[in-house]
Amino acid sequence: MSFFLTQTLTGLASASSLFLVAAGLTVIFGVTRVVNFAHGSLCMLGAFIGWSILTRLPRDPAWFALGVLATAAATALIGAALEIGLLRRIYRAPELFQLLATFGVVLVLADATLWLWGPNDLPLPRPPWLRQFVMIAGSRFPLFDLVLIAIGPLVLGGLLLVFHRTRWGVLVRAATQDRDMVAALGVDQRLLFTSVFALGAGLAGLGGVLALPAGSANLQIDLAVITEAFVIVVVGGLGSIGGAYLAAVLIGVLQAFGVVVLPGATLVLVFVVMAVVLVVRPYGLLGRDRGQSRTDAEAVILQRPAGPWQITAAGIGLALFLAAPLLVGPFGMAIATEMLVAMLFAASLHVMMGPGGMPSFGHAAWFGIGAYGAALLAQNLATPMPLALAGAPILAGLAAFAVGAFIVRLSGVYLAMLTLAFAQIVWAVAVQFVGLTGGDNGVLGVWPADPRGFYYVALALCVGGVLVLRRIMFSPFGFALRAGRDAPARAAASGIDMTAHRLAAFTLSGAAAGLAGAIFTYSKGSAFPTYISVSHSVDALIMVLLGGIGSLAGPIIGAIAYTGLFDLLLASDFWRARLGAVIIALVLFFPAGLAGWAERRR
Amino acid sequence: MTLSRRTLLTATAGFTGLAAPAISRAQTAAIRIGEINSYTAVPSFTLPYRNGWTLAVEQINASGGVLGRKLEVLSRDDAGKPQDAIRLAGELIGDQKVDLLAGSYLSNVGLAISDFALQNKTLFVGGEPLTDALVWQKGHRYCYRLRASTYMQARMLIDDAAKFGAKRWVTVSPNYEYGQSLVKWFKILLAQRQPGVEFVAELWPALGNIDAGATVAALEQAKPDAIFNGTFGPDLTKFVRAGNTRGLFEGRKVVSVLTGEPEYLEPLGDEAPAGWLVTGYPVDSVTDAANLGFIAAYKARFNELPKLGSVVGHAMIAGIAAGIAKTGSVETEAMADGFGGAKFATPFGPVTWRALDHQATFGAFIGRTALKNGRGTMVDWRYIDGADALPSDEEVKKLRPA
Repeated sequence: MSFFLTQTLTGLASASSLFLVAAGLTVIFGVTRVVNFAHGSLCMLGAFIGWSILTRLPRDPAWFALGVLATAAATALIGAALEIGLLRRIYRAPELFQLLATFGVVLVLADATLWLWGPNDLPLPRPPWLRQFVMIAGSRFPLFDLVLIAIGPLVLGGLLLVFHRTRWGVLVRAATQDRDMVAALGVDQRLLFTSVFALGAGLAGLGGVLALPAGSANLQIDLAVITEAFVIVVVGGLGSIGGAYLAAVLIGVLQAFGVVVLPGATLVLVFVVMAVVLVVRPYGLLGRDRGQSRTDAEAVILQRPAGPWQITAAGIGLALFLAAPLLVGPFGMAIATEMLVAMLFAASLHVMMGPGGMPSFGHAAWFGIGAYGAALLAQNLATPMPLALAGAPILAGLAAFAVGAFIVRLSGVYLAMLTLAFAQIVWAVAVQFVGLTGGDNGVLGVWPADPRGFYYVALALCVGGVLVLRRIMFSPFGFALRAGRDAPARAAASGIDMTAHRLAAFTLSGAAAGLAGAIFTYSKGSAFPTYISVSHSVDALIMVLLGGIGSLAGPIIGAIAYTGLFDLLLASDFWRARLGAVIIALVLFFPAGLAGWAERRR
Repeated sequence: MTLSRRTLLTATAGFTGLAAPAISRAQTAAIRIGEINSYTAVPSFTLPYRNGWTLAVEQINASGGVLGRKLEVLSRDDAGKPQDAIRLAGELIGDQKVDLLAGSYLSNVGLAISDFALQNKTLFVGGEPLTDALVWQKGHRYCYRLRASTYMQARMLIDDAAKFGAKRWVTVSPNYEYGQSLVKWFKILLAQRQPGVEFVAELWPALGNIDAGATVAALEQAKPDAIFNGTFGPDLTKFVRAGNTRGLFEGRKVVSVLTGEPEYLEPLGDEAPAGWLVTGYPVDSVTDAANLGFIAAYKARFNELPKLGSVVGHAMIAGIAAGIAKTGSVETEAMADGFGGAKFATPFGPVTWRALDHQATFGAFIGRTALKNGRGTMVDWRYIDGADALPSDEEVKKLRPA
């Protein structure tokens, strides 16, 4: 019984930490609709800045509190600078495009932090008061955890008060619901958005610095925090601060007991919870369907067949790929193969995101199922390569069909997050089902018999796969799918079964990604859980957004550009900062994506 | 066939009767080592490691190189992803024409490069990856490994752990191959040494995301006599802080792998625990000439104390140099056999590449942690040679594929 009590309290303390980070994210999303990938980086900055400030201050509680507030103010300023310098310029871009910009920021901040503070973990020395404990039900409980337990609800109350009892808060809520109306009433939206972003960033910094007494400032914080924060935000309901607290408590307490009850499953528990909540309550615990607030940028996504200009460009590209073995060395060949795989992977995601209108944050799941499917078929059943390559997309398609049945009725970011949850579950299976998958050591030794010949197999399958996807998108099925995306009510009235169409598109997309995964496995000779990681899903998203979501040329150009950039920069110092800077520049100068830009120039 | 610049040059040279100078040039050109590691993913290990191999290369080249040729290292960042490591390995072998591959930190990246090496018949010398599979279950003639594996780390701690006489043990270790393998071996080896020992709870926090308070409370709940810990890095800092505040470690024995390494001990600051049985590197208290010489040279070059990663980087290059010197060539098939039995000096003392399983006999220090002047340090330590922490040759043969 006493264990039950202390574990609940421990869970509440971690719930407060989770809430602080998630609150900032949900506030920012609720108002600006920006999915801020850089939120984890702001939290990491909070930890490092906090370390720099707090180690210079006297070590008593009053100074500590002051240092914490100063840190939050500093990260708020950084957030404001980000908003003014970058995000403000791309609010009119298609939904999720800002995500690309914030991804660039993640890369730049990671290297900037490494450069400024060095590679070592920086622990904040704990003065005696931070080490104190109180006796609760016969066991020692950290005093600071009690402080944290109190801070969560305090911040929650403060935010609710600000949003409901101040003029600024009322305006922010109005802007959340109807931006154009607020603008028409003469409110300076720019100031509103900047201040909201600063508030969110400040909360992230607060979360980062308040985690210092329990650990250290280290360079892994950004990625460790961001996924969890997304989960909390989505489970709670996007934009709902109260929901975020509720979700933080649910997940914090569940995790506290999870480590005891299901010690081996801590990796998946959170995502299983998220999947269950979203299947039962598609808009999160306290969220509600807000509809699409940015109708202005939507709808214009028409898809036209390629003109002579594009066909010529594609022909030249294909000729280059065909001639690649004569033109470049082994490294060039490896890059060419990766580009081909990336093309099919990105094109498959595009089917889902573009015509399907279903953004996915977990597309690597299907890639991974295809990769592991081929690898395990080849290794355990000695399946010859052609059969393994054929089996992989079938497996991935079947899995996508089964999962899609739950997912396709959702839309927007909720759908995206459910795909992320599923991808994380697949990832956890790959890592933890060691007997079958080899765990994180992966499946090794799956090489094609003839590497040179394999390049042409990859070329044929990837280009062929993309062409098949294109053909389907210009078939009546593809048009019906787009009708359902752009005008669901009219499509339904025309007798189109949207759920079936979306499910079919989801399955098709999964199968194509699975094929890409299988080809990748043979080109690398192995399958690893990293193929299914969040960062690989993000890669696909980046490629589609970078190229432009408006046409199928987008993901192809995006895949070539991103793969090429990544592979070329990887060999240089501070490649993350360079890659991030390039992405940010592309975002600023090509807000419709590379292909969209070319389209408009014609 | 690929028409690379090199083949073209060689062919042209041959046609014009200039083949002889081209060959003699190849004999005096530098020996190229293609080095791949997770520089951006784990900078706290890899940056001191890079300093370590940089120093070794400078020292070897200053004393005339190997086989009369200088060493040259081409270093790449795999960002912690095996698929990128494989592509970079292809680039180093195919475009840069390196003579062998080396490096890696994460076990899965090490295995990926090793598998690439097997496929392409290239030598790979793994520095840090700890997985047993690298030289045993997935071992092959083209792969050598320097660091003491998870089996060896567990084995080194067993004698002292058994002396605790503790009955009830709990384990806490990160939930991936390294952590799982450590716990598996520790349980097997301890049960052999001390029949009747009980493992009453096993906790598996996610790597980099430990829920420290809950983990500590859960361990406390099991009322153990002793704790086996495999966490490291930021997770370890959180675990130790939560454990200190909640009194988990008071009156209990703790066995903790890698905790004595400066990389992981330093961030614990003045909360470094006292009396834990650990493997590590007592950089501030070693007294023998080999260690002191290395530390002095390292401090002179980089103006800081080396970490364990520095020693690994340095010893890896020393091992490669010795292997090549013994082989007398950089031809892959010759090196694959020739490295076996090669002896080399490391800061920790003499080490041999075993011909049996291509594991180096690079050992580790075991000792107790202590707090001195507000910093963690290792005391009562002794060096255990890797050769003394390996199973019998018969057992190893059974583990390795034929």
